[in-house]
Amino acid sequence: MVEQRPLGAVVSHLVLIAGVAIVALPLYVGFVASTLSFDQVTSVPMPMTPGTHLVENYGAVLLHGGTAGSKAPVGQMMWNSLVMALAIAIGKISISMLSAFAIVYFRFPLRKTCFWLIFVTLMLPVEVRILPTYKVVAELGMVDTYAGLTLPLIASATATFLFRQFFLTVPEELAEAARIDGAGPMRFFIDILLPLSRTSIAALFVIMFIYGWNQYLWPLLVTTREDMYTVVIGIKRMVAGGDTAIEWQYVMATAMLALLPPAVVVLLMQRWFVKGLVDTEK
Amino acid sequence: MEKRVVFQSRWLPYALVAPQLAVTLVFFFWPASQALYWSLLIQDAFAARTQFVWFDNFRDLFNDPHYVASFQVTAVFSILVTVIGLALALLLAVFADRIVRGARVYKTLLIWPYAVAAAVAAVLWVFLLNPTLGILTHLLRALGYDWNYLLNARQALILIVITAVWKQISYNFLFFLAGLQSVPKSLIEAAAIDGAGPARRFWTIVFPMLSPTTFFLLVVNIVYAFFDTFAIVDAATNGGPVQATSILVFKVYQDGVQALDLGGSAAQSVVLMAIVIALTVAQFRFVERKVQY
Repeated sequence: MVEQRPLGAVVSHLVLIAGVAIVALPLYVGFVASTLSFDQVTSVPMPMTPGTHLVENYGAVLLHGGTAGSKAPVGQMMWNSLVMALAIAIGKISISMLSAFAIVYFRFPLRKTCFWLIFVTLMLPVEVRILPTYKVVAELGMVDTYAGLTLPLIASATATFLFRQFFLTVPEELAEAARIDGAGPMRFFIDILLPLSRTSIAALFVIMFIYGWNQYLWPLLVTTREDMYTVVIGIKRMVAGGDTAIEWQYVMATAMLALLPPAVVVLLMQRWFVKGLVDTEK
Repeated sequence: MEKRVVFQSRWLPYALVAPQLAVTLVFFFWPASQALYWSLLIQDAFAARTQFVWFDNFRDLFNDPHYVASFQVTAVFSILVTVIGLALALLLAVFADRIVRGARVYKTLLIWPYAVAAAVAAVLWVFLLNPTLGILTHLLRALGYDWNYLLNARQALILIVITAVWKQISYNFLFFLAGLQSVPKSLIEAAAIDGAGPARRFWTIVFPMLSPTTFFLLVVNIVYAFFDTFAIVDAATNGGPVQATSILVFKVYQDGVQALDLGGSAAQSVVLMAIVIALTVAQFRFVERKVQY
């Protein structure tokens, strides 16, 4: 047994508490700012305890948006973010489960070609091919639509790769038994493979939801109308509000609203989140 | 690895891969090939005339002092983000691994920044370090340090490094903690019996055992600093002051979308593609074999 030093434990806790405090500092200050009035936020130094304008500020941004820079209501932006995050998560999971199923459970001509066409996308993030992708989407008339917002981000093989790896570990006997019992491939997929994949799906869902919700560059390009902004873009537009003074209490209220859904997903689904992180990096 | 038992169907497998193939062809291969093609063209601003110029765009790119400067900024930025990020996360993970009670609570309190969008993280830190209102600016001024990232190039870089490290700390922490927990306890106990203190045990046993995780995180963090920090730069400094924080991926956007230099931006995209492919190959060749989860 390794020696136990009481002093060592105290030091460990102190270091970790310091780490947690530094990590939490921006969140705390942001939260406090979101509960203050404009005059309180702009006084130097700003108060360090929450004020009384919480309901007022959050209500204002949700229904009317900030007054400078972006005037779109944040409620609408939250809805757009939610649609985008869910469409990316569900879209990615569905199309990649189907293609992974085909690649693992069938032998067909061009199988290897399909495999490589899909997996080469692992190499290039959207950021790198941003302008030509925008042009394609514009030519298809999908600027300012949910399809334009989500489809290009669904085109990636991480999820396909993950499901392929998982399907390969499913015992052969299951498919054999299903075949002997006269079940067709889709029956096998729905009744056996899908239930077995539950934890993988949950893990991937958490990662993809956060990925979709937090997208920045793509929605910045592909949304031009305020009612199509996602909440992350809305914040950027509020800060880039031009020469009028930035209303930090509204910006911070919006920031808190923007980080709440993904943070809740991570904290509530912590187990799947960690599994998802490890799986997607394999 | 292949399945022995497979299903037979003439059309079903094609129907199953069709949605993914369609999305991949339209939104990946088409734009990627366009980028390759454009990188060899010069186009005027109205797209009326185009001229095929072979590799002129690339030659111009590497003769452009702004682009070379952007490479340098990106290099400094990625090194700082990677080294500071890994060091801090390792420190926290080592102490979290040592404590017996409450480790889960710390873990929960440390992983949530992963959920925060990069742009939101940037706005939170900009607020803390705002030249007029920022609470940390106020503290720094009280200590006699003048902070204004809007004017000072080095401070602007510090701001985006802090934000990028803060955002990535959860990820690094989780992987280091997992790596530490997989180090066999018997080795540590044996060293302790032989009289090695905690520091000696860490540097001679734990740290070498952790090297696959460290290498893996090294590659992931470099990729992160290169590509996933666009939002931080755009929301925090907008590349300024005077291009001081204009990293490569930001410059692609700036030149292509804002300055409409299609050929130059496409050539930059191709250079970035080459970097990603090199990093991915490095990751597969060195990491796949060695990382133990």
